[in-house]
Amino acid sequence: MRPDKRAVRIGIGGPVGSGKTALVAALCRALATELRLAVVTNDIYTTEDADFLRRAGVLPDDRIRAVETGCCPHTAIRDDISANLDAVEELEERLGALDLILVESGGDNLTATFSKGLVDHQIFVVDVAGGDKVPRKGGPGVTTADLLVINKTDLAPLVGADLGVMARDAQARRGDLPTVFLSLVGEPGAAPVADWVRDRVAEPASTPRHHEPTPAHTHGP
Amino acid sequence: MSLSTLLVLADGRLPAGAHAHSGGVEAAVAAGRIHDLPTLESFLVGRTSTSGTAAAAFAAASCRALTTRPVPHARSGDIEAAPLDRARLTALDNGARSAARVESLTDHRGALRDDSVRPAERITALDDGIDARTASPALRAASRAQGRALLRAVARIWPAAVNPAGPNPHHPIATGIAAAAAGLGPREAALTAVYGGLTGAASAAVRLLGLDPYTVHALIARLAPECDRVAADAAARADDPVDDLPAGSAILLDLDAERHATWEVRLFAS
Repeated sequence: MRPDKRAVRIGIGGPVGSGKTALVAALCRALATELRLAVVTNDIYTTEDADFLRRAGVLPDDRIRAVETGCCPHTAIRDDISANLDAVEELEERLGALDLILVESGGDNLTATFSKGLVDHQIFVVDVAGGDKVPRKGGPGVTTADLLVINKTDLAPLVGADLGVMARDAQARRGDLPTVFLSLVGEPGAAPVADWVRDRVAEPASTPRHHEPTPAHTHGP
Repeated sequence: MSLSTLLVLADGRLPAGAHAHSGGVEAAVAAGRIHDLPTLESFLVGRTSTSGTAAAAFAAASCRALTTRPVPHARSGDIEAAPLDRARLTALDNGARSAARVESLTDHRGALRDDSVRPAERITALDDGIDARTASPALRAASRAQGRALLRAVARIWPAAVNPAGPNPHHPIATGIAAAAAGLGPREAALTAVYGGLTGAASAAVRLLGLDPYTVHALIARLAPECDRVAADAAARADDPVDDLPAGSAILLDLDAERHATWEVRLFAS
C-alpha cells in the first residue's frame, strides 16, 4: 500500500438501465492491461453486476467486490459510505498497490451523486432511450458530474431522441464540464471515456489522496 | 452527560453502516415470519429481549471499562462519566493497578474504578464473550463489520477516542468505545445498542414490506420504555464478570443468518 498515493477512485452512477455496468466492462477491457485496477459494484442485487463482469471475462474474480446497500443505493454512495470504503480498502490491502478503483453505483435516479469522501471523480451515465429531455431536467448527477456520458446513441433514431437537443441542454446545465456521446455498439472499448479516465489517473491529485484513517487501534491489549 | 451527544450517537443517519443491515428482518420476511405489523412486533420484542439485551449489556460493560466511575456533578447533581484519556489507560495497562486501586479508595471524585482487570484485557474478554454468545459465523462477521464501520465514524468524529480493541471489534464493543469517546456513560452505550438494534430492524421492515411508516414508528414508541429498562439493567451490571452477562440468543436468528449469507440475491448485508 502506498501511504501517500492511493489508487484514483472514480464513481460511475446513473439511472437503472443506462449502461453503467456495460461501461465498467468496456473500461476494464480497455484499461486492464495498462492499469492495476479493481471494481466495487453496488447493484441492489448483490452479485448480479459482479457476475456480469466475471462472465464478460474482463477482470479476475478477486478484483471485483460487491456491496449490499439495504434498498438504498444512494445512501451507500453518498450519506453512509462506510461499506464502500471498507470494500475499497480491502481490495487495496489484498491486491497491493492499485492505480484505479471504479465504484459502480446501483441504478438510482437523477439526484444520486457520490460523496467526495468516497471518490475523487464521478461519471454520470444517462441513455438516449431514457428520453432526450433528461439533460434539461438536470439534477445533481447531470449538472455536477465530472463527466456526463450520454449512452446508447445508436438507439437515437429508434426512440426519436434528438442528440443535438441533448448536447445543447447538457452544455447549458454543465457549463465547461465535459459531456461524451457514446455507443458501445459502435465503440466497444468506450474510447472517449477510457481516455478521460487515463487523464484522471495520470494527473497529479489537486489535493493529496491520503488514505482514510482506518479505525484506529490506539492501545493493544 | 450530554443528551444531544446521545442523539448524535443514536441517530440512524450516523454514517456507521447500519442502513445495510436488517438485523435478521430480510431473512425473516423471506421465510414468511414477518409479513405485517403484528408479526413485526413479535419479532422486535423477541429480538430486543434476546440479542438486544445481550448487545446492551456488552456495550455498557465496554463503555464502563473505558470510563471512570460515575460521580455526582459538582453543580447540577448530574451524573457524569468521564472518558479515560490515553495516558491513564496506558498507566493502568502498564501495571499501575494497585496505584489506581489506592486512588479509587482514597478519592471517589473522578478516581479510576477499582479494577481487578486492565481495561484492554476487559475489552478483549468482552469481545470473546460475544463470540461465545453468537453461534452463527455469519452473525459474528456481520457484527464485526458493523463494529468496524462504527469505529471508522468514531475515529473521524471523536479523534481522541481510545480503542483498545483493534479495527474489527463486535458491534456492541464498538458502541461502548464510541460512547466513552463521546463522553457518555454505560447506560447511554446500552441504550444506543438496544435502540439501534430495534430501529434498524424496524426500518428494514418498512423498506422490504412497504409497511405504513407511521404505524411502525408508533410501535417503536411503544417499545421505547422497554429500551430504557434494558439499558438500565445493562448499566447496573456493567462491572459483572463476562460469564455472568446476559447470553440471550434466538435460534431462528442464527439459522436465518446462516441461510441469508448463502443467498444469491440479497438486499441487506445481514
